[in-house]
Amino acid sequence: MGISFWRWVGRKVFAFFREIGTISILLYRICGSSRTFWRDRRLILDQMLRIGVHSLPLISVVSIFTGAVSSWQAAYQFQGVIPGEMTMDFVGAAVSAAIFIELAPVLTGIIVAGRVGASIAAELGTMRVTEQIDALETLAIDPIRYLAAPRFIAGWTMLPILVIYACLVAHLGAYGVAFFLLDISTGTFFGSVQRHFLVHNVFSGLVKALVFGGGTALIGCSIGIRAVGGAEGVGKVTIKAFVYSSAFILVADYILAMILF
Amino acid sequence: MIEIRHLRKSFDGKPVLKNVNLIIHDGGTLVIIGCSGCGKTVLLRSIIGLIKPDKGEILVNGEDISLMARRDLFRIRKKFGMLFQGAALFDSMTVEDNIGLALREHTNLNPEEIRKKVGEKLEVVGLPGIEKKKPAELSGGMKKRVGLARALIMEPEIVLFDEPTAGLDPILADAINNLILETNRKLNITSIIVTHDMASALKIGDHIAMLSDGRIVFEGTPAEINKNQNKIVRQFVEGKAEVT
Repeated sequence: MGISFWRWVGRKVFAFFREIGTISILLYRICGSSRTFWRDRRLILDQMLRIGVHSLPLISVVSIFTGAVSSWQAAYQFQGVIPGEMTMDFVGAAVSAAIFIELAPVLTGIIVAGRVGASIAAELGTMRVTEQIDALETLAIDPIRYLAAPRFIAGWTMLPILVIYACLVAHLGAYGVAFFLLDISTGTFFGSVQRHFLVHNVFSGLVKALVFGGGTALIGCSIGIRAVGGAEGVGKVTIKAFVYSSAFILVADYILAMILF
Repeated sequence: MIEIRHLRKSFDGKPVLKNVNLIIHDGGTLVIIGCSGCGKTVLLRSIIGLIKPDKGEILVNGEDISLMARRDLFRIRKKFGMLFQGAALFDSMTVEDNIGLALREHTNLNPEEIRKKVGEKLEVVGLPGIEKKKPAELSGGMKKRVGLARALIMEPEIVLFDEPTAGLDPILADAINNLILETNRKLNITSIIVTHDMASALKIGDHIAMLSDGRIVFEGTPAEINKNQNKIVRQFVEGKAEVT
């Protein structure tokens, strides 16, 4: 029992490092194809449209409610902690910092992991099991350059833009609750945001977005391109991509928080 | 010329190709036959470098592709075209984009010139006017023809066919056989066809090689295979479940 448990642990650890190695090699090969990025700009733009623009509706909905609930929760938590009339003065500042530092990057990242990371894995996995990736190879077209690189660049560049958008929308949601439900004036809310605004918070959020966006696309590509086993295999890589991307985001969020703050 | 020397390949410890030796001369058609699962497709994919052998050499015009770096392998692959068993068309692209992709990637032709060449190749395979269709709108036979047009677009020297008649009705299968013969004649290419369809093999093959238990057990003309008395060869040629 003891030996088989440690054997299992050993296999899992080995598999983890092998996965890290495979993804690192993919990143190396993507960087190696950088000379063709300008030539492949149409492919990249197409992916930016799919990853970025098509994610806007979902991110809008999630962000507005994230901001709204943050505002409400902040007001609730400040009661009894901050004296009487001053309670609501800090709602704007608290919510704004939370949105910039954590809520916008992480929630946007997880949405993109689910929507985009999984779909990249499904698309490339389907291409793999139907020999389309082999067909690219026989046409002397590098699948990494043609398929993975545009997706990686699109994920890496679009997530910071999506996070900026999410921040704006979340602030609107927070303001909406503050103004209509908490009786906080526009001047009080945005004045509080402005007084306690730190560029470092925005910068940190964008650094996280860069890491999350690139990582999610890379994981989706790496896992999808290695799919085996037909439809069942494609299903497995889709789930795996989402799970790995989400776990990556949460772990990376912690590590970046230690570094940036 | 393609030379295959002492080729070995295993998957998960199970040997598929044990010691394959074969020489494929320029021009004409070589048909590789054998029972299902004997390694025909593995051999075909090894010839174009999709599978790296465990041991042995694959020399294409004197260059060993089994050891090549990707850049050199891509250079060699431009001499090849391949028709996959399921055609492997890119389902997000139209027929025109599927066929023209290699031209867009490897040549400086403008879109009009590419369109013209795509049209020509569709004429060759007997499917004019379907440029704007997507693969999902095509029948199995049409997909194979489009796949063949895509394989021929770069004017390759060597074309590989992986079970070109699989899944097709007998009439359509014969139409594909005729297309392969006509393409070979008109374009003066070397064709390497993998199939377990004996009727196709006898019709289109100038030479036939039979793979069994990971080795080549027969190599010769269609006339010679019909006279060959090797039990394994006879069993396959006659299509009998038991060895007599």
